[in-house]
Amino acid sequence: MAIEPEWDKEAVRSIAFSLKHKPGALLPILHEVQGRFGYIPAEGIPVIAAVLNLSRAEVHGVVSFYHDFRSEPPGKHVIRVCRAESCQAMGAVALASHIKRRLQLDFGQTSDDRLFALEAVYCLGNCACSPAITIDEELYGRVTAQRFDRLLARFEGRRS
Amino acid sequence: MSETIYVPQDSGALSLGAGEVARALQAHGARRGEMPHIIRTGSRGLYWLEPMVEVDTAQGRVAYGPVTGADVESLFEAGFLDGKDHRLRLGLTEAIAYLKKQERLTFARVGITDPGSLDAYLAHGGYRGLKRALEMTGAQIVDEISLSELRGRGGAAFPAGIKWKTALETSADRKYVVCNADEGDSGTFADRMLMEGDPLVLIEGMTIAAVCIGAAQGYVYLRSEYPHSYRALVRAIDAAYERGYLGEDVLGSAKRFDLEVRVGAGSYICGEETAMLESLEGKRGMVRYRPPVPAVEGLFGKPTIVNNLVTFATVPIVLEKGGRFYKDYGMGRSRGTLPIQLAGNVKRPGLIEKGFGVTLREIIYDYGGGTASGRPLRAVQVGGPLGAYLPENELDTPLDYEALAARGGLLGHGGIVVFDDTVDMAEMARYAMEFCALESCGKCTPCRIGSVRGVEVIGRILKNVEREANIALLEELCETMKFGSLCALGGLTPLPVMSALRHFPGDFGLSPSDLEAAQEQQALTGRAPQG
Ligand SMILES: Cc1cc2nc3c(=O)[nH]c(=O)nc-3n(C[C@H](O)[C@H](O)[C@H](O)COP(=O)(O)O)c2cc1C
Ligand code: SF4
Repeated sequence: MAIEPEWDKEAVRSIAFSLKHKPGALLPILHEVQGRFGYIPAEGIPVIAAVLNLSRAEVHGVVSFYHDFRSEPPGKHVIRVCRAESCQAMGAVALASHIKRRLQLDFGQTSDDRLFALEAVYCLGNCACSPAITIDEELYGRVTAQRFDRLLARFEGRRS
Repeated sequence: MSETIYVPQDSGALSLGAGEVARALQAHGARRGEMPHIIRTGSRGLYWLEPMVEVDTAQGRVAYGPVTGADVESLFEAGFLDGKDHRLRLGLTEAIAYLKKQERLTFARVGITDPGSLDAYLAHGGYRGLKRALEMTGAQIVDEISLSELRGRGGAAFPAGIKWKTALETSADRKYVVCNADEGDSGTFADRMLMEGDPLVLIEGMTIAAVCIGAAQGYVYLRSEYPHSYRALVRAIDAAYERGYLGEDVLGSAKRFDLEVRVGAGSYICGEETAMLESLEGKRGMVRYRPPVPAVEGLFGKPTIVNNLVTFATVPIVLEKGGRFYKDYGMGRSRGTLPIQLAGNVKRPGLIEKGFGVTLREIIYDYGGGTASGRPLRAVQVGGPLGAYLPENELDTPLDYEALAARGGLLGHGGIVVFDDTVDMAEMARYAMEFCALESCGKCTPCRIGSVRGVEVIGRILKNVEREANIALLEELCETMKFGSLCALGGLTPLPVMSALRHFPGDFGLSPSDLEAAQEQQALTGRAPQG
């Protein structure tokens, strides 16, 4: 993901303008903003609201309703672990404990150096290859503690 | 001669290394000067064999799997391009028992064709349904759908023909067709496989619906957890536009139909159709009161057909072969076929499309081969996170909407999750409450607050704090949620919870007679003691 960390009012405004013509444009706009900055900056909410002729409260209400929208910048690499039934049946609880221990993070936390963020997810549609996780956009199935450690090593190597 | 190799691009197969296998095949082929032609397909749904690679032979396609990048060299050495023997050779793909015994109608092309190729789609019978529909009136299309007795595959099993008829007969200046591709139910992946394996069948089904009711705009509401599906869908939509199967003049019929994919944002409740419409309108995904039903007042207040993705993807074959053909599959009031998704602790997980009526036991043992761990099977959850847990002695239940309902369960979107004897059913019950609390849209108190209390109460039961009193409280809580919730999230969460308690009281620290006593106490006093 090519994330621009600095939030930029003009960029938010131009995203909102470019999608405003779509019926029900708010979600597409929020996705685009988050795709660019990695989160929805609080200062961006009045900008979007103004373009769409909505109140700030309405836009904020939508941002806070959906699990995907973040109000803080995420870690560089987001690791999501499926907690749903099929993965549980294949040892996801133990896998999640291993991952938490390995990263020294609980679900919903980001490491101090902001390299990793750990999130719980409820079904990735990979139930026939449980347990499943994602690291950034990449999906992995039949994940064991050993496989996770191998995958993690690739990213940790870049830790300075 | 340039041989063809088929490698899946389905996200499940990719999660097991199919991408690496494709790269290795390309590299080794080039080094050997054989330059095979690699076609990326969907998955056949035999996930324990993924990544599964196929080659063309005079007898038909031959499969090898599960293949890793490290196996590629030996496959070339063995002459796999000619279907020769190798340790991973599985024989003719179509002869693999798991696949051979299926009745693939909706999934007919999945795993076989290049999902982005319109020519491949046409060569395998695609767009015959739409061509026929374009010669029919809206009412005739509705009749064909009604004749097939196709019921919605998203969970509620509502007859598609009735929904379409309502949308057809409601007059309005604009109408919409919306595909529910939110696939939030854990243990299910049929929508995903179709999008990644044969997205054009969905596009064709939605176009038929649009032609039927006179809608010019359609949306696919896709969950954000499916980025691969998004790419596959967009590629197929582009291909359809390019060749005039979508756009201002669908196949020269002078009918317009535009189709757009909209991505959700990680909310389970947005799979509920009215919450989904709110979300499409750019709002919080709050469930709407009904009436009006969406077929009368749906997206932006206009008549809207909302169907599950599998429902739409089944429409083309119904139009092509006729409602009567489709209806011949199945049993009782559940006609046609169901794409069953077998997952969890099972040796051979995958996609099994079969006529309704096949039993859970056949699916789990004949197809699935029993538990993956080799330990005894303890429980099976059918129908997603709101579905009941069934014990081993109920496995002879046929997969049929009415048969499951009769056992207090539901079939939902057709997902089956198997658990071995290491499962703690009280933990699963707590998880069901946790999930409800997390995903509740917040409109009804019993769902919003009841689920949070449910988590606490089960927590106390697990800690052995005033166990009987808390069990009675849990029962009461479930009753309140069941009857006081607007939609099935609050209304059906009691199903996994209560079925776990009923069938596995020991996990809640109760003997079966304790359970009866707690139930009697609750029935007598009408309310539970405070926990
Ligand atoms: C909490 C909840 C979640 C739902 N999730 C989905 C879903 O992910 N996909 C789906 O197709 N239907 C889902 N439904 C069912 C839809 O509300 C609706 O019945 C369905 O989309 C209609 O299409 P069908 O008749 O073709 O099944 C859900 C319902 C509820 C109550
Ligand atoms: S039952 Fe729950 S999810 Fe459904 S409408 Fe009520 S609060 Fe919302």
